[in-house]
Amino acid sequence: MDALAALLVFVVLVAAVALVVAPLRRGRTERLIAAEEARREELEAAKEAKYLEIRDAEMDFRMGKLSEADFRALDRQLRAEAVEILRDLDRLT
Amino acid sequence: MDPARKRTIRLTVALTAAVLLAGALIYTSFSASSPAKTPSQLMAGAEAGRSYQLTGKVAPGYVRRGNTLDFRVRDRSGRAAVPVRYTGTVPDPFRAGREVIVTVRKQGAGFVGERDSLVTKCPSKFTDSKRST
Amino acid sequence: MPVLGRACLILALVACAYGIGASLYGARTGRREWADSGRRAVYALAGLLTVSFGVLELAFLRSDFSFATVATHSSTTTPGFYKGAAVWSSQEGSLLLWAWLLAMWSSLVLFSTRRRMRDITPYATAMLLGFGAFFCGLLVFAASPFHVLASAPAEGNGLNPLLRHPSMMIHPPMLYSGYTLFTVPFAFAVGALAARRVDAEWIRSTRRFALAAWFFLGIGILLGARWSYSELGWGGYWAWDPVENASLMPWLTGTAFLHSVMIQEKRGMLKVWNVSLVLATGVLAILGTFLVRSGILDSIHAFGASTLGKPFVAFIALLAAGSIALVVSRRDLLRTENRLDSLLSREAMFLLNNLVLVGLCFVVFWGTFFPLISEAVTGQKASVGPPWFDRYTVPLALMLVLLSGIGPVIAWRRATAANTRRNFLFPSACAALCAVALLPVHVAQKPLALCMFAFAAFVAGSIGQELVRGVRARRAMASESVPLAAVQLVRRNRRRWGGYTIHVGMAVLFVGVAASSTFQHTRDASLVPRQTVRVDGYDVRYVKATGRVADDPDGTGAFMTLGAVLDVSKGGRHVATLRPARNYYPGDPSQGTVGQYIMGDATSEVGLKAGATRDFWVAVQPDAGWLMKVVAKGNDLPPSAGGLALAAIAQRYAERPPPADFRLIASPLVTWIWLGGMIVAAGGLVALWPAPDLARRRVTASLRARVAQELGRA
Repeated sequence: MDALAALLVFVVLVAAVALVVAPLRRGRTERLIAAEEARREELEAAKEAKYLEIRDAEMDFRMGKLSEADFRALDRQLRAEAVEILRDLDRLT
Repeated sequence: MDPARKRTIRLTVALTAAVLLAGALIYTSFSASSPAKTPSQLMAGAEAGRSYQLTGKVAPGYVRRGNTLDFRVRDRSGRAAVPVRYTGTVPDPFRAGREVIVTVRKQGAGFVGERDSLVTKCPSKFTDSKRST
Repeated sequence: MPVLGRACLILALVACAYGIGASLYGARTGRREWADSGRRAVYALAGLLTVSFGVLELAFLRSDFSFATVATHSSTTTPGFYKGAAVWSSQEGSLLLWAWLLAMWSSLVLFSTRRRMRDITPYATAMLLGFGAFFCGLLVFAASPFHVLASAPAEGNGLNPLLRHPSMMIHPPMLYSGYTLFTVPFAFAVGALAARRVDAEWIRSTRRFALAAWFFLGIGILLGARWSYSELGWGGYWAWDPVENASLMPWLTGTAFLHSVMIQEKRGMLKVWNVSLVLATGVLAILGTFLVRSGILDSIHAFGASTLGKPFVAFIALLAAGSIALVVSRRDLLRTENRLDSLLSREAMFLLNNLVLVGLCFVVFWGTFFPLISEAVTGQKASVGPPWFDRYTVPLALMLVLLSGIGPVIAWRRATAANTRRNFLFPSACAALCAVALLPVHVAQKPLALCMFAFAAFVAGSIGQELVRGVRARRAMASESVPLAAVQLVRRNRRRWGGYTIHVGMAVLFVGVAASSTFQHTRDASLVPRQTVRVDGYDVRYVKATGRVADDPDGTGAFMTLGAVLDVSKGGRHVATLRPARNYYPGDPSQGTVGQYIMGDATSEVGLKAGATRDFWVAVQPDAGWLMKVVAKGNDLPPSAGGLALAAIAQRYAERPPPADFRLIASPLVTWIWLGGMIVAAGGLVALWPAPDLARRRVTASLRARVAQELGRA
């Protein structure tokens, strides 16, 4: 076991431990901020996905893959769900 | 017919079809397969006309004449060797000491290999195979 | 340096253990900081394994034969590029590559989802680290890449010449990326079930990784087929070999999963099915990794009977049992929200597509494991060959292609006579036209091939129709020019259009497979120079023989190359000049003065003229008996004369060659297989590409305004 190898192993060990232990030393405010950011990102992602669904449904209807009655019902439902997500987002700010 | 009953019928039909197809598959696999035998097993008893998967090592001293290859397959750990006459593609890694799989049929005192059925295994990467024959 | 590598592996194992503990603790107590610490353990794992891998890679590149692995798998005569890639030609090196890729992909996934699904990610992290722990455990306790030899030999064994081809070297990293990426949706499915959060969120977030896994695994499989065709001396691309099949099975269930998740997203159906599929895919990926290196099945890819069999089987059994237990215990959460309305609907077509894919997987599974099954049932090991596989996979493949054409154009929920007529007319016409056009060309004698061609035309017709109608619909919604509309159409829904491209690619690929396997012409001939042979209307003339020493035109380090120059012409017109050859590699000194240079392995360099409509393939086998006699004579010479003797042999072969055995194959549309594969890859990239931010935000703003308007009105 030569000295260089031993030194490198030590360096790697310290780096790994520092990386892993960092979150445990975070302050309380930091944690709260992180939690809120997480919730916001999740809602944004859900909103984007919902908008994609709404656009898809319209495209399907125009291409004859969805009957008019089905499309109207689906569109109404999806938009309602989008409104809910926006409401949740507003509540966060 | 109410929807629930329709669904039950559909499910039953689908499952029955699946079971029948699977059954056909399983049945034909047993009849279409060729038993795998080592040289000693093959020498112990082989029916003429039935095809077998012979697995073992190539014994040194094989002869190529044109596109016919006469070689002997030896037990992995043993001395029983079966002579095979084979026509067809010979894989690149083929040489003495390598493990092969070949489909054979008994013909007289020896065995005839089915055309293009010879498979040579890539040499094992964990023994010192490069240093052996 | 080996000490550094080994120490990092031990630290990696520790990191895995810590990460599992921290993540689970964070999940149970809701304390985020512990979950975050567990996630960072994955990053640490990636870093540690990078160092480890780097140490091993460096040892190979420097030909440091004190490393046992380097000594057995590389040599100073192995060309530079292959030295670097030889790392994963060994058991230990390939396990390290697998673990490293797992750590890297897991880090990427967990980093990109670090703020989302906080109920699920800790469990997923623990699961991913579980995989890491298994592989690191193997590397530390059973197959260490850093085993040091007491005395380093002067020269190594060299990389197996069969592997000295670029495709062969990229093939394992691609396959392993596919396998390791499939553990991601597996881990997130386990996490979702464990956290009792089985809504569509986990699917949406991990779908991209399932697609990436499918993409890499598919490319890996295709590369293997390409290598087999263009490098091996048998001229085929798929042999239903157990190891090939092992990589195909998770790909099939992965394809099924990518389709059935769309049903869950749109209609909340098939939840149990989806979660079972993704769990099965993960288990099959580990099974595939295991089969390659276990030696339990007779395969041309014998990585060798190894001591790793038992731990792998135990791990796979644990994964399978755990998956089943999880699904059963959470079945109340997985109730379907909707039911199938009609058998003639897109939902039903998706379901049928899934059944066909799972059916294919079952056929492949049964055939692959049949030796073990028959041994268990009858006491006798028996195996089934390609004819059995073809009998069942061909009809299923036909159905799959047809479904990929029907799916995009059939209506949701219930297809009426009116919209069926409207949507199916053009594609059916394409199919009928194709069938009629091919009748005079003798294709009618092979009904299965004819069906495949007609179905492929159906697919092309249906996708073309979708494109035209989609552009028209876009122009009605937002007046744009035709090219812009097409681009916007694809950009707005990359997943759909990527998927359609993949379908077209698969149809092209299957056309290639059908044509090349049904209408192939093969000829074996033993020729001397100036002789001619005829194959499928082509005249092939053996012009002359060639012999080279240490001058391998393909750069694989062969010591001697004996070949032929062939002139291929059709109806007097020159088509190609082919140069098939055979490369001879060094053996060991005990084989004699001359034998040591060329009595090691031998490989074929195939002469290939690829074309849009037909491939001409030829392999040569110089008379082995002649070669052995000549080598025996050369071995009588003193060792110092080895090089000269070699040159003399090569020259003798070039001037007065004995008859050489040629295998000539003319097969139509083989290029379509690779072309189809490239189209599939392009489609995969389109589907994977992240959606553009700008366009999203613009539309978002306007849609948001609309929704907000309704909010105000309501």
